Amino acid sequence: MIPRFDRVERAAHWTTAALFGVLMLTGAVLYAGPFSAMFGRRELFRQVHVYAGILLPVPVLVGVAGRWGAQLRRDVGRINRWTRDDARWFRRRNRVRPGRVDVGKFNAGQKVNATFFAGAVVVMLATGLMLRWPNPFSNDLRTGATFVHDWFAFGIWIAVLGHIYFAIRDPIALGGMTRGSVTPYWARTERPAWYREVTQESQDLEEPAPR
Amino acid sequence: MDGTPVGRRVFLGLLGAGAAGILWGSKAQRWLEQNVGPYLAKDGTGLSGLLPIGRFRIYSVTGSMPHRGHDEYRLHVSGLVDQPLTLTYREIRAMTPTGLTRDFQCVTGWRVFAVKWKGVRLGDVLDRAGVQAGAKALRFRSFDGTYTESLTLKQARRDDVLVAYELEGEQLSDAHGGPVRLYIAPMYGYKSIKWLDRIEVTDEVVPGYWEDRGYDVDAWIGRSNNRDDNAP
Repeated sequence: MIPRFDRVERAAHWTTAALFGVLMLTGAVLYAGPFSAMFGRRELFRQVHVYAGILLPVPVLVGVAGRWGAQLRRDVGRINRWTRDDARWFRRRNRVRPGRVDVGKFNAGQKVNATFFAGAVVVMLATGLMLRWPNPFSNDLRTGATFVHDWFAFGIWIAVLGHIYFAIRDPIALGGMTRGSVTPYWARTERPAWYREVTQESQDLEEPAPR
Repeated sequence: MDGTPVGRRVFLGLLGAGAAGILWGSKAQRWLEQNVGPYLAKDGTGLSGLLPIGRFRIYSVTGSMPHRGHDEYRLHVSGLVDQPLTLTYREIRAMTPTGLTRDFQCVTGWRVFAVKWKGVRLGDVLDRAGVQAGAKALRFRSFDGTYTESLTLKQARRDDVLVAYELEGEQLSDAHGGPVRLYIAPMYGYKSIKWLDRIEVTDEVVPGYWEDRGYDVDAWIGRSNNRDDNAP
C-alpha cells in the first residue's frame, strides 16, 4: 500500500466534514420553512449553527500551522498549481481512467473541489458573522450578506453531495482518506505522476549510501 | 513547483464574488424578485420555494408550529383599560380594515420586497377597550407560549401598526403567524409578533423575547441596532 494522506490531513478532513454536516443540517432548519416549522427552537439551532461556523476553519488552520503540517502544506501547494495536464483532464471523456493525461496527486476535479471549499468557507464565515452581529452594517449590506450566504449555501450543498458521490464511486480513493493509503495499482493507473514521484522517493531512500 | 497558481486565483475570485455580493446583493435580490419571481410563482412543484428569491424565512422560537383555528381564536386586551376585551376572529374582521404594502425587513438582513398586508389599526383596537390615564406601553404575548414583544403607546397608535390577518391577499397561515399577528411596518421583523394572543396595557415598557437577547427595544428600521443613517 502507498501512503496518501497522513494523520494530520485525515483529522483535519474529518473534523471539517463533521462541522460541515452540522452546519448544513442546522442551516436547513434555519432557512427552509418546512424544516423550521417541523423543528422550531430557533434559538438553539441558531447557537449551534453559529458556534460550528466559527469553529469551521480551525481544523485546517491548526493542521497547516504546526511542525506536523508539512505534508498538508505541501498538498495545499499541489492543489494551487495547475499544469497543462489539468486542462487536458477536463477535456477527457473518461476522467477516471485518464489515459495519456499525466495526473499528479490530485486530478483537476479535486483541485476545483478543494479550492471551492476553501473560498466558500471564508465567504460563509464572513457573511455569517455579519448576520450574527449585524449592528455595524447598513440594511443594504445585511441584505447583501444574506444574499451571498444563501447562494453560497446552495453551491456548498451541490459540492458536498458531488464530493460524497465521487468518493463512494471510488472506494480506493476513499480509502486514502479513511485508512490513509491506496493500492499501488490505483496510484499507477489513476495518479501516474504522483506514483512515479513516491516510488522514486522510496528508491532513493533504499539505495545504499556510496562508500 | 511547476504549473500556474490557478488555485490561488480561483480562491481570490471567490472572495471577490462574495464581497461584490455583499455590496450589490440587495440590488441583485430586487432584480431577481422582479424578473424571476413571477416565473417561480407559477411553479407547481413548490421546489422553487426553497430558492432565496422573494421568500420569508419562518422564525419560530418554540419546538412546534403553533396552531389555532379561526373559530377558537381569541384576542385578549387587558391591563390598564376601561373595559377588558376578548375579540373573536370574526369581530376583528368586522372592524374597519387597513391595507399596507411595505418591504419586510429582518434585522439579520433578509428582506422581502413589497409585501401586502391587511388588518385593523392597533389604535382602533385600543380605543375599543379604552386606555386609562397613566398607561404608557403595551406588552404582547404569543400563543406559542414563549414569545413576547412590547411597544410604547405612542408607537402603537401609528397608522402603520396593524393587527394583521391577511398576507398577500390570503388569510395568514400558521407559518406566518396566523390567524392574527402584529405588523409594525416601521420596525424590524422581530417586533411584529406572530400568533398574537394577548395585549396588555402597562405603565412601563417590558422588553420582549429578542430584546432580552440583545436586540433594541425601539427597533426602527435603519435607526436602531447601531444604525442612525436611514430615518424612515
